[in-house]
Amino acid sequence: MEKPVFKMSARNLKFHYGSVLALKGISLDIRKNMVTALIGPSGCGKTTFLRCLNRMNDIVEGARVEGEILLDGLNIYAPEVDVVQVRKRVGMVFQKSNPFPKTIFENVAYGLKIDGEYSRSEIADRVEKSLKDSALWDEVSDRLHDSAMQISGGQQQRLCIARALSIKPEVILFDEPCSAIDPIATAKIEDLIQTLKKSYTVVIVTHNMQQAARVSDFTAFMMLGELIEFDATEKVFTNPASKLTEDYITGRFG
Amino acid sequence: MSKKFTERLGFALLSFSAVLVLLFLGVILFDIFSKGISVISWKFLSQPPRQGMTEGGIFPAILGTFLVSIITVVFAVPLGMFAAIYLHEYARPGRTTRMIRLAIRNLSGVPSIVYGLFGVVLFVQMMHLGTSILSAGLTLGLLTLPWTITACEEALKTVPKAYREGALALGATKWHAIRTNVLPYAIPGMLTGVILGLARAAGETAPILFTGAAFFLPHLPKSIFDQFMALPYHLYILSTQHHAIDKVRPIAYGTALVLVGLILILSFTAIWVRYRYRQRMKG
Repeated sequence: MEKPVFKMSARNLKFHYGSVLALKGISLDIRKNMVTALIGPSGCGKTTFLRCLNRMNDIVEGARVEGEILLDGLNIYAPEVDVVQVRKRVGMVFQKSNPFPKTIFENVAYGLKIDGEYSRSEIADRVEKSLKDSALWDEVSDRLHDSAMQISGGQQQRLCIARALSIKPEVILFDEPCSAIDPIATAKIEDLIQTLKKSYTVVIVTHNMQQAARVSDFTAFMMLGELIEFDATEKVFTNPASKLTEDYITGRFG
Repeated sequence: MSKKFTERLGFALLSFSAVLVLLFLGVILFDIFSKGISVISWKFLSQPPRQGMTEGGIFPAILGTFLVSIITVVFAVPLGMFAAIYLHEYARPGRTTRMIRLAIRNLSGVPSIVYGLFGVVLFVQMMHLGTSILSAGLTLGLLTLPWTITACEEALKTVPKAYREGALALGATKWHAIRTNVLPYAIPGMLTGVILGLARAAGETAPILFTGAAFFLPHLPKSIFDQFMALPYHLYILSTQHHAIDKVRPIAYGTALVLVGLILILSFTAIWVRYRYRQRMKG
């Protein structure tokens, strides 16, 4: 078996929110080109952990991070690191789809225009490519210049994925991407995640255990700010090492 | 008393209060309109007063109010907008920010005559701007600042956090996110507040009384350093200071009608801007 490549690693990560310790020292390796799922009851810190991976928690008032998060071996919390560069390499899709009130095209082009480094034709090409990669192109190619607010919820979420893909990140973080959409739209996004892992490393927070079992290669079970169990998804769901994990995945609490 | 009766009584009192307010507004507007409309003509709007203000029009006052308003907007809008952006997007919650907010709230309660006297000291005397359009415009600008800042902050609040986060997650800097993904959606709301603030300022007399408004001028102002005539001050003179008050009463009503009309136009513009903005946000 070939040696696993770790795209990102947390090293004893602690997250303080004011006087509350929301993450109590998480250490976890995220494998390249794999899907890692974070599961656990509400308030367990899975979303907080996810948002540490691209430093979105920097904007939270009263937040303080201890420990390290390594991206290709380099600590993204090191003082010399530019947070903007981190977020370009580690993209994010939010729980509630958040298309901007612009056209479909402008939504996907937004990230490409930030630094003004692409020509108009390059932007057009990459918008098309991103929409194809997010399996949305066929549905919107004839109305790219319509408002993004008019497409369905599931389409909006795939638009947000296209927007994240446009700047070619290396890792994509999904924060409960299907919590607000119907089962058919959910199935589309799950298929999409399977395709995406060929080119990207994926981390997904989900409330839905079946979803974690379906889409992920590795699963981390968290509770009250601690990592209880982290292993191959198959192992976690068929033969969990911890009694807590077993109780949670069999629905005894949650 | 039965519960039902109490409820009916309460409802009656509430609707009576609402109707009473409307009634006052209606009576005032009707009075001004019915007594002022007879003097309104193109000549009234486009000519200067003649014969000791007993004849002619009020053009210099309209022009003066218009010019002062421009100074007010040019001064108060950028300053208020930037202050609001700082307070809402950058300032860390804490003692200092609370103090600044408290100061802004209190400023909006300062009587307008105090602004007027402050304007005299600061702009007319200390900054040597003289009694002029500029001094009066800046004074009115100060008066509208608390409204402008508050309105701009409210507008920023209506832009969902998700727009900011979405932009940041794509590698935008904070300022880039604000500039491209927050301000465009906040500006119509800001405009609404600014227009309403301006509508208030345009009708003020006390702040311009000592800072630049003139009783009567034979010429139109040539620059922003000249004195000017203004609608509210002109109205004040015609109704209380004139030697033949009864004779100029129709002109006074006409002036009041023009002033009220101007403010109504500004208010409706604000409503229209807000309406258009809501339509756009719905997609």
